[in-house]
Amino acid sequence: MDNLRFALEGAWKVLAIGLVVGAGVPVVFALGIRSLAFGAGGDAETDHAAPHPLGRVLATLCFVVVVAVVAIGLAIIVASGLGKEVSFDHVFPTFADKK
Amino acid sequence: MSPELIVLCLVVFTALAFDFTNGFHDTANAMATSIATGALRPKTAVALSAVLNLIGAFLSVEVALTVTNAVIKVQDKTGAPREAFTAHGGEALLAILLAGLAGAIVWNLLTWLVGLPSSSSHALFGGMIGATIASVGWAGVKWSGDGTKLDGVVGKVILPALASPVIAAVIAMCGTWMIYKITARVADRYRETGFRWGQIGSASLVSLAHGTNDAQKTMGIITLALIGSGHWTDTASIPLWVKVVCAFAIASGTYLGGWRIIRTLGKGLVEIASPQGFAAESAGAAVILASSHLGFALSTTHVATGSILGSGLGKRDAEVRWAVAGRMATAWVITLPCAGVVAFAMWHIGDVLPPLAGALLVFGLLVAASGYMYLHSRKQPVGHHNVNDEWAGDGGHKPSARVVA
Repeated sequence: MDNLRFALEGAWKVLAIGLVVGAGVPVVFALGIRSLAFGAGGDAETDHAAPHPLGRVLATLCFVVVVAVVAIGLAIIVASGLGKEVSFDHVFPTFADKK
Repeated sequence: MSPELIVLCLVVFTALAFDFTNGFHDTANAMATSIATGALRPKTAVALSAVLNLIGAFLSVEVALTVTNAVIKVQDKTGAPREAFTAHGGEALLAILLAGLAGAIVWNLLTWLVGLPSSSSHALFGGMIGATIASVGWAGVKWSGDGTKLDGVVGKVILPALASPVIAAVIAMCGTWMIYKITARVADRYRETGFRWGQIGSASLVSLAHGTNDAQKTMGIITLALIGSGHWTDTASIPLWVKVVCAFAIASGTYLGGWRIIRTLGKGLVEIASPQGFAAESAGAAVILASSHLGFALSTTHVATGSILGSGLGKRDAEVRWAVAGRMATAWVITLPCAGVVAFAMWHIGDVLPPLAGALLVFGLLVAASGYMYLHSRKQPVGHHNVNDEWAGDGGHKPSARVVA
């Protein structure tokens, strides 16, 4: 049952990456929405608190992270289409020839 | 035109028809949740998805000759068809491809008619397996590969189909649960509007990934037919015109919108709110991209359905309709064998007559079956106007909606 072993090896990797990216990004986005509501105050929150300027800053930060991750995701699709892959060898993602 | 060329044209046309059904069968995977929550108007959603599928199809230049090679033994290591199949203008190979595609299309249309999101990849694999069994027997099917990598029917089709919905569901469930925790103190309306944007973004990613994944399956089939009949020799690239027509076939199919399936996924399975839709599509996009990056082919349908189900499980008071989920699961299990049986029958029907007449007969039967199912669908049409009607009972439509439609 080599196939089963290969499948399990692949499955836990997909699950791990999926949890980090597929649940992590929504969490950051949710934090962004939370901060935005914190910044807007009033009817945006259930307790109708006063607006808080810090909220907008935090929200922007969160959305920047989300956009960056999506951009990397797009880069991966485009790269594999062009026969290249996105390498994280230099910390910052760069295009590299497929190994 | 020689008889061989006519048969080749029929195969190419049928492959494009399959690509078209692949498009509308899978619009739901990306767009069902956005349509259900009102993040996008139905027409806008399918248009966006179509454009992204088109772009995605052009982005996929990886050689897709391995699609059929994973499950049936008609090709050698380079991806070129074996000599036994290429005699007389690739007669044997073309017969297998035509019958296999016909089986896949019939099953895709049937599941669309009853509004079930079955996997187009499974239908295609099933069709090819059925036609191969009919042509060269059980030994022509690659059941489990040679043990050096994930391969064969078990490795490329069955195991991924079992694992991917569960993985997607777990991720979407975690995402949904945390989103609702984090935004518990945000007012409902504010939250709903905010997450619509996230939903549109994540659904777009799924559409793009779908285009890169699925269009190349048809490109691979057509290229295989061209090589088999001696019209193309390079196994490392595909003709440009094949890429262009396949991209447009899948995009126009997507634009048509498989409204029946969109309705089942968006309204039937889970009553969905935009934070859930966002979590579901993010999980779906992450799983599809991660797995294709690691070299595992997954069915977009299985991933999308699993993640939508997961988004229902992650919200405390969300309603998950297990009866609908059960029907979907049944459809998944029987997709491969059913498409296989249709293809098996098609091959034998075509084999009774000489090659050209046989191919025309198979094609004629396919057109007749498709026409019948289309006419049947008009009795209770589902379109952009009623796709979001309230889900009631088993069939999904209230009696009043039936009168309007």
